[in-house]
Amino acid sequence: MFRTVAELVEIAEKENILISEVMIRQEMDVKEKTRDDVFAEMEKNLQVMERAIDDALKGVESVTGLTGGDAVRIQTYMKEKTPLSGHLLLDAVSKAMGTNEVNAAMGIICATPTAGSAGCVPGTLFAVKNQLNPTREQMIRYLFTAGAFGFVVANNAFISGAAGGCQAEVGSAGAMAAAAIVEMAGGTPQQSAEAFAITLKNMLGLVCDPVAGLVEVPCVKRNAAGSSLAIVSADLALAGVTSKIPCDEVIGAMYRIGKQMPSSLRETGEGGLADTPTGRLLKEKIFGMSV
Amino acid sequence: MKYNSVFDIIGPVMVGPSSSHTAGAARIGKAARNLFGKQPTWAKIYLYESFAKTYKGHGTDFALVGGLLGLETDDPEISKSLDTAKEQGLEIEFIEDSASADHPNTARLVIGDDSDQLELVGISIGGGKVEITELNGFVLRLSGNHPAILIMHNDRFGAIASVTKILAKHEINIGHMEVNRKDVGKEALMVIEVDQNVGDTILKELDSADHIMQISKIDS
Repeated sequence: MFRTVAELVEIAEKENILISEVMIRQEMDVKEKTRDDVFAEMEKNLQVMERAIDDALKGVESVTGLTGGDAVRIQTYMKEKTPLSGHLLLDAVSKAMGTNEVNAAMGIICATPTAGSAGCVPGTLFAVKNQLNPTREQMIRYLFTAGAFGFVVANNAFISGAAGGCQAEVGSAGAMAAAAIVEMAGGTPQQSAEAFAITLKNMLGLVCDPVAGLVEVPCVKRNAAGSSLAIVSADLALAGVTSKIPCDEVIGAMYRIGKQMPSSLRETGEGGLADTPTGRLLKEKIFGMSV
Repeated sequence: MKYNSVFDIIGPVMVGPSSSHTAGAARIGKAARNLFGKQPTWAKIYLYESFAKTYKGHGTDFALVGGLLGLETDDPEISKSLDTAKEQGLEIEFIEDSASADHPNTARLVIGDDSDQLELVGISIGGGKVEITELNGFVLRLSGNHPAILIMHNDRFGAIASVTKILAKHEINIGHMEVNRKDVGKEALMVIEVDQNVGDTILKELDSADHIMQISKIDS
């Protein structure tokens, strides 16, 4: 069983297999399941992600009215104008935010690795897919690659905002997506690790400060940050840019930073954006209308 | 390792909005119900730290109750569980406890009916994954990675042997086992993690073994 990204990359290189394959074989081994079983289970998750994006692009609104509708707004803008950040990037952002709009509206999503960060992995997948034209198997492998990196973070640091801040959630999710994009685009296992490290480095220190304690503001838009950074980092890695700080050390830094974060900035809804005048006002309004 | 499956990371499929505060909460509620073995008629739910501060916004309240009603994390009925509980005669009280806890997402569930009572502490460690850290005053560490049998018994010689003998007879391998007692000769708890789910007939056999008081199980 791999414990670190270095071990994960080493296994992939030594056996000349993809990162996704390392994860698939480990899952088969640990759970004593067949390849078909493991693929079928992941296929179900993929279908949930696809449905959530479909729902988001029809337009959703949360109970509080704080979030919803932005995914549609962005898609409309993309049709009518030429987006400065490019079609693929903005498509990913729209689908990532959309997934989280569905989540905030208490719809059904697949946590990747958490619900608050559930947009980054599927958002990038369903945007990148239009350019890379993957097979269904490659799309499922994308999730195994993302999962392999998330597995290392979860076991060596944390993936929840309450434990380590948003860097642990959207930071991990964006980095997992970056690694998966690299594999789908034909990059090497080491390039996946570079893309992961570059993304997470740029998310370090990000706090979890949800307004009124709800997974809405700023969570939905943080998924825009995570998904766009994932694509940029994947491009950097594919271009041959490397991280000076190795991937596992970046994860270690994320862990130590999370440990130093006060509880007011770890999903208690007490600090940061939650503690702005408008944040406090929104909280009052929402709980006045009995959520 | 805290996480041993890729589906802990890519998953669970769940009703939003939070994997630790909604999906994890539902799983803690479900674990309590499974261990209780039936639907309780009352529940006192103590919430700590992040759970206490944000439970209304995250739906931690209805998720915990949904779990007590036996609902899975991806069941849309979860969002209606507070009303469902009322209809089914399950009385719920939420208490925001300002005491500090070892983990930021901690819930203590005291549930019962006319004849029985159970107290459980669960923590939601991220991505919907939970651990049970306390049962009826006994400290334990149950990850849910493997099926488990929990046996309340009298602290007498032979109690453990009678249990392991039955498991051996049915060719069930024990992966991890803990025994904990409150005092010499008083009630004690065996926590046995096994490699496969244990059927009802074996549970019945265990239940009738010497010095056994109560048995419950968690499937994986």
